[in-house]
Amino acid sequence: MILHEFMDFEILRVIWWGLLGVLLIGFALTDGFDLGVGTLLPFVAKTDLERRVAINTVGPVWEGNQVWFILGGGAIFAAWPPLYAVSFSGFYLAMFLILAALILRPVGFKYRSKRDSALWRTTWDWALFIGGFVPALVFGVAVGNVLQGVPFYLTEDLMSFYEGTLLDLLNPYAILAGLVSVAMLVMHGAAWLVLKTEGLVAHRARGFGIWAALATIILYAGAGLWLANGIDAYAFVGDIAHDGPSNPLMSEVAKGGSWMSAYSERSWIAIAPTLGFAGAALAVLGFLAGKEGWTMIASKLSITGIVSSVGLTMFPFILPSSIAPNASLTVWDSSSSHLTLFVMLVSAVIFVPLILAYTAWVYKVLWGKVTAQDVMENSDSVY
Amino acid sequence: MELDIVELSRLQFAMTAMYHFLFVPLTLGLSIIVAIMETVYVMTNRPIWRQMTKFWATLFGINFVLGVATGITMEFQFGMNWSYYSHYVGDIFGAPLAIEGLMAFFLEATFVGLMFFGWDRMSKVTHAVVTWLVAIGSNFSALWILIANGWMQNPVGAGFNPMTMRMEMTSFFEVMFNEVAQAKFVHTVSAGYVTASVFVLGVSAWYLLKNRHTELARRSIAVAASFGLASALSVVILGDESGYSATHTQKMKLAAIEGMWETHDAPAPFNLVGMPNQQERETQYAVKVPFVMGLIGTRSLTTEMPGINELVTEAEGRIRNGLIAYDALIEIRAARDNAGTETVTRFEDHSADLGFALLLKRYVDDPRLATDDQIAMAANDTVPGVLPLFWAFRIMVGLGFAFVAVLAFFFIRASFYNMRFPRWALRMAVIIIPAPWIAAEMGWFVAEYGRQPWTVDGVLPTALSVSNLSVAQVGLTLSGFVALYSILFIVEMGLMLKYIRKGPYMDVAETDAWMTQHNRQLTNGSPAQPAE
Repeated sequence: MILHEFMDFEILRVIWWGLLGVLLIGFALTDGFDLGVGTLLPFVAKTDLERRVAINTVGPVWEGNQVWFILGGGAIFAAWPPLYAVSFSGFYLAMFLILAALILRPVGFKYRSKRDSALWRTTWDWALFIGGFVPALVFGVAVGNVLQGVPFYLTEDLMSFYEGTLLDLLNPYAILAGLVSVAMLVMHGAAWLVLKTEGLVAHRARGFGIWAALATIILYAGAGLWLANGIDAYAFVGDIAHDGPSNPLMSEVAKGGSWMSAYSERSWIAIAPTLGFAGAALAVLGFLAGKEGWTMIASKLSITGIVSSVGLTMFPFILPSSIAPNASLTVWDSSSSHLTLFVMLVSAVIFVPLILAYTAWVYKVLWGKVTAQDVMENSDSVY
Repeated sequence: MELDIVELSRLQFAMTAMYHFLFVPLTLGLSIIVAIMETVYVMTNRPIWRQMTKFWATLFGINFVLGVATGITMEFQFGMNWSYYSHYVGDIFGAPLAIEGLMAFFLEATFVGLMFFGWDRMSKVTHAVVTWLVAIGSNFSALWILIANGWMQNPVGAGFNPMTMRMEMTSFFEVMFNEVAQAKFVHTVSAGYVTASVFVLGVSAWYLLKNRHTELARRSIAVAASFGLASALSVVILGDESGYSATHTQKMKLAAIEGMWETHDAPAPFNLVGMPNQQERETQYAVKVPFVMGLIGTRSLTTEMPGINELVTEAEGRIRNGLIAYDALIEIRAARDNAGTETVTRFEDHSADLGFALLLKRYVDDPRLATDDQIAMAANDTVPGVLPLFWAFRIMVGLGFAFVAVLAFFFIRASFYNMRFPRWALRMAVIIIPAPWIAAEMGWFVAEYGRQPWTVDGVLPTALSVSNLSVAQVGLTLSGFVALYSILFIVEMGLMLKYIRKGPYMDVAETDAWMTQHNRQLTNGSPAQPAE
């Protein structure tokens, strides 16, 4: 196959860096509200019926939403194999926590209301809480660590060794990043519950939503200030070929300077954090004004801004190494081959629009609020 | 036994993969059976078929969710436990996994929610389309996963790049249309169809024995027996196809399955039963059927099939060849972009055997320093455990033929004996419910254990593929998965049994009313009335 030669390796790499962002944002926007609803479940819904209402707002869609996460993993594997190899084995126990939580969650949705026992149902409610809160936190913690650099090195054979422990991951900055993630996804989950429910559940969700959106603004600002003043950035020493072989050891990288210098080099990227703040602020107003649809959109904008600000700030770095900076993974030296990126792009161009189209159709079919009456009338078939 | 990191990682992969595959075959088959039932409902408008659709869909859902939950582990543990593998072959192996998500998993997961929640929100025809999309998505999912697995068995369309120290794709077309993958795909999904058919048959038989829900049970048996019989035949035929392709792609696996130590004059006999002995290098107490192995393996009377001992000698030669490639590779790497053409040619001429040199890494850090003894040991390592393969294969094949017989019996009784089934046959149908799962797990065991000592046949040794983790870390996640999966298994079985005992519980009044009227019309001999 020579078709792929018509598209520059460099351009393909940038496109796949962008697509990785699209997948992560897709995950945060769709599965994000599931995680938020799970985290809020014990607090916004007190009675069994209220909890069933809350669960059934995500009941028909969580499976599709979760595929964004699976696909994110698959796309990292296919387009950025070194990233997949280094990060998943490095963040080993953290990954296990996420997996365990995400395994509990689908089972919780599906099995919770299949038995009448109160103990059974409460147990699954807490499983759903864990399944929402733990991944939301750990994803943020992971991002916080990536920004600081991760302690790994590569041998000449490109075998990776990770020198940290699970506790090292839980450093103060990473925990702050984790809290940003939790606040942001709780805001999103609350916006979803306000949109899809009525009465007490919606009322309580509104209260939590306002506080979560405010917390998002404050924590995100704090994380930004800390990043500007207390965390070293990484940069290439000299030039690097943008279409060279994917071997991270062939470039020289130094630690030092500030990630914020990206904003003077490419000032347009300031749009991302602006969106992050403005979206959350609009969400607060939306919650207060009772504009359900607008609140949801504002929350989506905020999440899009916050997630993309991380990637845009670090570009072209993807996973810097704190103990062997030369091994840092970047857009220019840790992708798949030219051919694989091209093949993957062709399949993405075919299938992503299709996915977006049928997902939109499914949400349209399911449009409208989930009420206590719906749940009681269809008690046998709903969650 | 002292477990090292490689063995622990293998144990974890085997455990999570085999556990995942408890749910996958039922998903593959039941999704289609439910879609068939719903199609009959749409065409005939008879409420009993809607009730059947909803009932089997409930069991499908309980099973499906665990398939999804355990599938998450599958997608991520390559990076977690097999990071050198992920780096070394991710350029090829990652693509089918990602395309699986894009093309198949998104489809099934997005529509499965509507399948359960959408009954009142769309027309009958639209809902049936949604159900079919779930079935199609599930089956396409299997296609891409088996393309990925097929590549591990027969790594075509790829070559080693010394600059990136990994395998890179050279032809997506070859990876996709890998003959091993194609044969495996049809074999595996057919096995899923058989699993679901035997499941539907067994549960329905239990209802007939208890004299409950007989209308639903009879119709379900009719669907399961005909769909299952066709699938069981397909499993056997495509299994044979897999064996045939293994004769030129994975000779060692085939010889081990056969317990065939020495090369035999063509056509080789088939060891029906026997006791392979790895130390003595012979298969004791063998009962041989003349000619059969040669016919299955080569489809000819004159082609010879190499025995294990001959293949070990061949492996030794390939190790020595691989060492030439390894030596050239080190030179190329040291010279970066400036390696001489002689070195590059030397590498390219021998790079097909590079993986064999890597087998020595188990014994010595720099394979070039290996002694003759170490080379001989590495060559011996290319023989997988013969005894377990020999028997796992025979159990799988024996069960495969048994399913053909059982399903054919029920098909004949359903078609020509007015759906009257003897009680002994119904009891047998209940008892054999677990059998397809045993056959499927044996099949995976043969495929994966038979590929050892490789993760990617001839390219990357298993011992080299693992992540650099501590025994404590892998031990912790392994016990975590065992605990979590055991609890979920008990919960799932409990719910499955509860909902089977409960029987169909949706649209009961409406269906019963229609059924009574329908039966009255049948006995009166008047034409069936238009529905609803």
